[in-house]
Amino acid sequence: MGKEMTKEQYGKMVKKASPNSPIIKNCVKAFIVGGIICTIGQVITNIAKFYGASVEEAGTYTSVILVVAASILTGLGLYSKLGKFAGAGSIVPITGFSNSVTSPAIEFKKEGMILGLGAKIFIVAGPVILYGVLTSVIVGIVYCILG
Amino acid sequence: MMDYINAFWVGGVICAIGQILIDKTKLTSARILVFYVIAGCVLGGLGIYRYVVDIGGAGATVPLLGFGYNLSKGVMKEIDESGMIGILTGGLKATAAGICAAILSAFVMALIFDPKEK
Amino acid sequence: MAKHIGKQSMKFDKNISIKATASTVGTKEGEGPLREYFDVILQDNLLGQESWEKAESKMASDNLKLAINKAGLSPRDIDYVITGDLLNQCCGSTFGVRGLKIPFFGVFGACSTMGEAMSLCAILIDGGGAKNTIAGASSHFCSAEKQFRFPMDLGTQRTPTATWTVTGDGAAVITEGNEHPYITGITTGKIVDMGITDANNMGAAMAPAAADAIYQHFQDFGRKPDHYDHIVTGDLGYVGKDLLLKLLKEKGYDISKVHIDCGIEIFDKDRQDTHSGGSGCACSAVTFAGMLYHKLRRKMINSILFVPTGALMSPTSVQQGESIAGIAHCVVIENQGVSQ
Repeated sequence: MGKEMTKEQYGKMVKKASPNSPIIKNCVKAFIVGGIICTIGQVITNIAKFYGASVEEAGTYTSVILVVAASILTGLGLYSKLGKFAGAGSIVPITGFSNSVTSPAIEFKKEGMILGLGAKIFIVAGPVILYGVLTSVIVGIVYCILG
Repeated sequence: MMDYINAFWVGGVICAIGQILIDKTKLTSARILVFYVIAGCVLGGLGIYRYVVDIGGAGATVPLLGFGYNLSKGVMKEIDESGMIGILTGGLKATAAGICAAILSAFVMALIFDPKEK
Repeated sequence: MAKHIGKQSMKFDKNISIKATASTVGTKEGEGPLREYFDVILQDNLLGQESWEKAESKMASDNLKLAINKAGLSPRDIDYVITGDLLNQCCGSTFGVRGLKIPFFGVFGACSTMGEAMSLCAILIDGGGAKNTIAGASSHFCSAEKQFRFPMDLGTQRTPTATWTVTGDGAAVITEGNEHPYITGITTGKIVDMGITDANNMGAAMAPAAADAIYQHFQDFGRKPDHYDHIVTGDLGYVGKDLLLKLLKEKGYDISKVHIDCGIEIFDKDRQDTHSGGSGCACSAVTFAGMLYHKLRRKMINSILFVPTGALMSPTSVQQGESIAGIAHCVVIENQGVSQ
């Protein structure tokens, strides 16, 4: 029997034995799906502008429509299938944010409307809002100081 | 037509970078989203992300980076218009529609649907 | 009475018979390579229940009853039921066993639970404390994902080292008697933690524990790998199997000719997209109750070392950065009894 293996040695052995994610294939899929979602966003933006919306209003309409669409796809059980294929391609766009709000809402409603759905709706998206708002406050303070 | 092509590749590149982060660092999707919103906010505050939006259009605003960018843009705009209080009101004001739409549609979907098996 | 041998093992004196088994699996498992061996393949993984958790309990309850039936017994004849699962506070088992009115020990050994339950049943019988017992374990893909990972509808990708939690319940009626196969000995594993923190690489977390338990088994019993037709680990998957074979080779044992892993057997990796293989309490439980028992009973194989493997952790411990501790329990199952 050989000497006892250290955790470091074992860690190296595990790294060697564990297959890596097919990163190039994954990136291509993420690129294509993410690109398509953004292009759809551009279509919505252009239509809104065509009907006289300002740049900012058009952006808002785009966000809202994409968010609602992703939420419906989540409810139908289709967004998780898209996510399995696209990875970051469907996580990073705002549709992924919507998916991360809708999916726990659906999953945890069995635990009740208040402590289930109500409390757990933000288990994934909560940190996004928290750290996004915190960062924006810091940006605001710096902006005030710098004039 | 050019704006569609730009939206496609800018959005695609941002997502592909996210994929590299997931595969290389084993970050979960929640961490990726947090990373992107902070990055967008900081890049917006530094005045850099504006140029990405100029090129990419929706390709830059639809990814979560755009959400962060809107937060900081809203804060700065509100400070210009109503002073210091804008630090507190600007961010959520600018992103209110997206967040509210997400909450509302999530709630309605949760009433209608049950979780689906993968 | 059982004899304690070596460092971590017991040899039994009585004929501890596995009188019958029952296995219920979900639809995906029912499409896998082992489908012909399962008693029940669910058409609806919710079993008409309101939630995944209730579905798991219903599945456990139905399958335990089926096992008792197949043994020609009724719940009144069973002295102890020993089961476990992955849900918080063993709720899958609790509400599955609730209606049976049988004295109950709930056990937790993560995915090694079936080995733990079978060991305890054998000890109870050998010590004269029980005549008829039943050991079981359950897991459900959806309730496990919900508890340990993310909501079902969140669009995420699985890594190549990730395993797929088996939906199912496996149960074995273990009695004192003269029907083969028999549990003739056990080697109880100790917790082995080699510092793995990636919850998507359970095989790597458990392989050292399996290697340790199997090595100790060979030492305690003075046996070699070729003593067994199969050495069957629970849910190491492809990554874990690779590591286990290497670890044991370093300790001087080559088990590659006899080793199989339930996590590898239960799914068709390419067709079913299960990455590193199956996992969960049910993975080893249904593979034993299905295929292995079938082959033992018909004497297609005559002796196995059954080694369910478990990754001991909770979502809280993982979030706090604690590493994933491994465990494995060896159960010797042979067609040759000890007192005939």
